[in-house]
Amino acid sequence: MWMRNSSKQIAKDRLRNVLVHDRADTSPDFMSNLRDDLMRVVSEYMEVGQSGADFQLQSVDDHVALIANIPVKQVRRGRRPGNN
Amino acid sequence: MGEVIVVTSGKGGVGKTTTTANLGTALAQSGARVCLVDADIGLRNLDVVLGLENRIVYDLVDVVEGFCRLRQALIRDKRLEGLHLLPAAQTKDKTSVTPEQMRELTQELRQEFEFVLIDSPAGIEQGFKNAIAGVDRALIVATPEVASVRDADRIIGLLEAAEIPPAKLIVNRLRPQMVRRGDMMSVEDIIDILAIDLIGVVPEDEQIVVTTNRGEPAALIQGSRAGEAYRNIARRIAGEEVPFMDLDANSGFLDRLRRMFGQA
Ligand SMILES: Nc1ncnc2c1ncn2[C@@H]1O[C@H](COP(=O)(O)OP(=O)(O)O)[C@@H](O)[C@H]1O
Ligand SMILES: [Mg+2]
Repeated sequence: MWMRNSSKQIAKDRLRNVLVHDRADTSPDFMSNLRDDLMRVVSEYMEVGQSGADFQLQSVDDHVALIANIPVKQVRRGRRPGNN
Repeated sequence: MGEVIVVTSGKGGVGKTTTTANLGTALAQSGARVCLVDADIGLRNLDVVLGLENRIVYDLVDVVEGFCRLRQALIRDKRLEGLHLLPAAQTKDKTSVTPEQMRELTQELRQEFEFVLIDSPAGIEQGFKNAIAGVDRALIVATPEVASVRDADRIIGLLEAAEIPPAKLIVNRLRPQMVRRGDMMSVEDIIDILAIDLIGVVPEDEQIVVTTNRGEPAALIQGSRAGEAYRNIARRIAGEEVPFMDLDANSGFLDRLRRMFGQA
């Protein structure tokens, strides 16, 4: 019905992006809980450097990206999901 | 025992005071005993919107500081049986009242009134904390603008953290023509982003300016679109199921809303 770049659409996109940051920033444990959960899952597949890991929400072009930088020490051989 | 409801928003100038005045008027029109509390201490406004500014003797701070009894500070509206105002202090600031004092005050008011509506100041600091102390539920007013919806989202988070039951949204100053031509966020867009229930939509209406000039809330005026919207919201607050108004002459809007609420 309306164009992709109508001011209404722009408002919606900007609002969504700003709320991604707001909600993550204003909830005190959000990033650290996310970090802990992700690290737990990732370490099932590979041995990672817990201390050097870095997680950030970053605005990239027109969206927000979760950027994770996790030092990998070693990949666990033959590791498949659900294989404990 | 009555219910205490806060009208809040985060952002200033989005229509909290207008909404409080009109909902109070509409609830009183339907026969309820209503007390409106101006919690915007230092920036008293609700009295002028209601046209009661000349009748103030004592204010909220006088009550909590024990200079007068609650009864002495309440102003009874002469036009509408049942409508009362507890005005804010104009010469004090927000720190002259604590959340604990507000809780006691609203506790006392709910013994007397069926509805106690608190007009919250803008912001998230002490004035906001005072306004939400001891409330049973919250109404959030937002206009279809990025900054207003963003602040509403923040307020929703703070209300959740304060363990107040899920707030309901009032979208104010909607301009259906602008929505139709793609230049204003729609009600659906806003509820989609905020993920809360809608309790009403108030259109942009010149009558609000005229009625505010006169000190007679639009809810008193037949033929005002905003007044009608406020009367509908008041009925929903009282527990009635009222279909959403058709604000869009070309329709489509109402049908979508109805579908969304399973009323189609
Ligand atoms: N639906 C509306 N249509 C037109 N003007 C409105 C509407 N709602 C509010 N206003 C105007 O917007 C201004 C701010 O409203 P107010 O209720 O004082 O906001 P707040 O209490 O949130 O600061 C006032 O001038 C008021 O008359
Ligand atoms: Mg106000």
